[in-house]
Amino acid sequence: MGMTMTQKILAAHAGIEEVHPEQMIKARLDLVLGNDITTPAAIGEFNRIGANRVFDKSKVAIVPDHFAPNKDIKSAENCKQVREFSGKMGIENYFEIGQMGIEHALIPEKGLAVPGDVIIGADSHTCTYGALGAFSTGTGSTDMAVGMATGEAWFKVPGAIKFILKGKPGKWVSGKDIILHIIGMIGVDGALYQSMEYSGDGVGNLSMDDRFTIANMAVEAGAKNGIFEVDGKTLEYVSEHSERAPKVFKADADAKYNRVIEIDMGTIKPTVAFPHLPENTRSIDEVGDIRIDQVVIGSCTNGRLEDLRMAAKVLKGSKVSSSVRTIIIPATQKIYLEAMKEGLLEIFIEAGAAVSTPTCGPCLGGHMGVLAKGERAVATTNRNFVGRMGHPESEIYLASPAVAAASAIAGKISSPEEVIR
Amino acid sequence: MIKGRVFKYGDNVDTDVIIPARYLNITDKAELAFHCMEDIDGDFVKMVKPGDIIAAGKNFGCGSSREHAPLVIKLSGINCIIAESFARIFFRNAINIGLPILECADAARDMENGDRVEADIKTGRITNITKGRTYQAESFPEFMQDIMKAEGLINYVRDRGKGL
Repeated sequence: MGMTMTQKILAAHAGIEEVHPEQMIKARLDLVLGNDITTPAAIGEFNRIGANRVFDKSKVAIVPDHFAPNKDIKSAENCKQVREFSGKMGIENYFEIGQMGIEHALIPEKGLAVPGDVIIGADSHTCTYGALGAFSTGTGSTDMAVGMATGEAWFKVPGAIKFILKGKPGKWVSGKDIILHIIGMIGVDGALYQSMEYSGDGVGNLSMDDRFTIANMAVEAGAKNGIFEVDGKTLEYVSEHSERAPKVFKADADAKYNRVIEIDMGTIKPTVAFPHLPENTRSIDEVGDIRIDQVVIGSCTNGRLEDLRMAAKVLKGSKVSSSVRTIIIPATQKIYLEAMKEGLLEIFIEAGAAVSTPTCGPCLGGHMGVLAKGERAVATTNRNFVGRMGHPESEIYLASPAVAAASAIAGKISSPEEVIR
Repeated sequence: MIKGRVFKYGDNVDTDVIIPARYLNITDKAELAFHCMEDIDGDFVKMVKPGDIIAAGKNFGCGSSREHAPLVIKLSGINCIIAESFARIFFRNAINIGLPILECADAARDMENGDRVEADIKTGRITNITKGRTYQAESFPEFMQDIMKAEGLINYVRDRGKGL
């Protein structure tokens, strides 16, 4: 029987010829990832196993990014524990403040994920590296602990939904709009326990940053992973960022899919997800009059250089509304520096936005932009659950950087077309 | 055999309402458990008793990978979650930490707050005593059952003494 791309990668890492959906396997890991929220619990479990070293010092990555730079004393203690563990274990890929970025932007940038890898991370958005043609998925702290100790993880082999992307996204339409559109179509459990496999002529029209955004939100559709077919753009990205050799897997022609969905990207409009689920999507012309108090542009979903360029294109020469607190967070130090060199930071600050050092902060209501009761935010983040960004009676509208920037200017959810001068 | 009273919730109960991120800097387990289900059911921690059961709709535990979510539910005294379906990371985290879960759409849909329910994790047999109905949940693959028998992945790995 033919296998999907994910199934082929898993089979290769389980050391077997063939796998089938629902099969239980143990797979070899190329990278085990954790952050300041999930690693402290993993350290406790790691010690409980009785392990005294990690399976491979070069294949564990730890990034304090959620409540870092330390937001309070408890977070400082957690970061300290993670730092000391990393030092004691000799973990080569521990990224301290000043080096760190939001983990899912940082790991590809540092060349730690390449096509064909199997990666687990104690963070749900670990699925981001599927953009590179790797199998990567979020797990909990216990899996991270066992992964660090043994270099292995258990998996139930997933079936898949095949997305055939066609055409070219229109003006102001980005990877974020495409993935919100898809989640709106299939629902937040539409891909439960399955892979979302992307192929088709249209993939070539998507930048790597678009693909990272689309793979990143696979978990918001319930998927185990999102994965893109490897093409020239992928290989170019990998050769620029990594010294490791990519292993390219391609789905068999007779691979079985639970569902095949064709998407003409040319028909997708800028899309917004209304509270309190990412599936509550509306196209920008259907949003109505929604006044807002805050805009956040950043996160593992949309804090990359292209995202910032898009926001700058909209904000250039304009001022954000005096009633909208606008917070822009480049996802890594490298992106921050590039944004500075390109003059993007100047555009943001001139427009009246705050620019911050990399952190996940506001996305999960940690710090740097927590919402009060009754407040509304447009965010380029990934979840709009009840209380996600602060008070349980606050509201989050998920959108692209272009829509978020336009909304910051207008003081209400708006299309870039409405505000561009 | 698990026997308890039902706390019923709807579809897509996410990890942010199970344990809001504002508490994720807490490492003391008892303190963490005090906030279990806080943003969906403020009375939960006051009402829950050891041995009780959570019943829910589709996609229970969606969202973050935080293991704090199944952990606070386990620490609160809940003995089993019966749902129409689970979000996959929550599913594996529950198994990995030894929190019994069962997937059974009919049983979960029929259950109401306060129902008395009996569940056998080994056989997947669920009895709603209040309603006088029985159900059969999906059975777990042998490997997952072994992890559950060991009350979690750490014990399983430690007992084997040679990796996964």
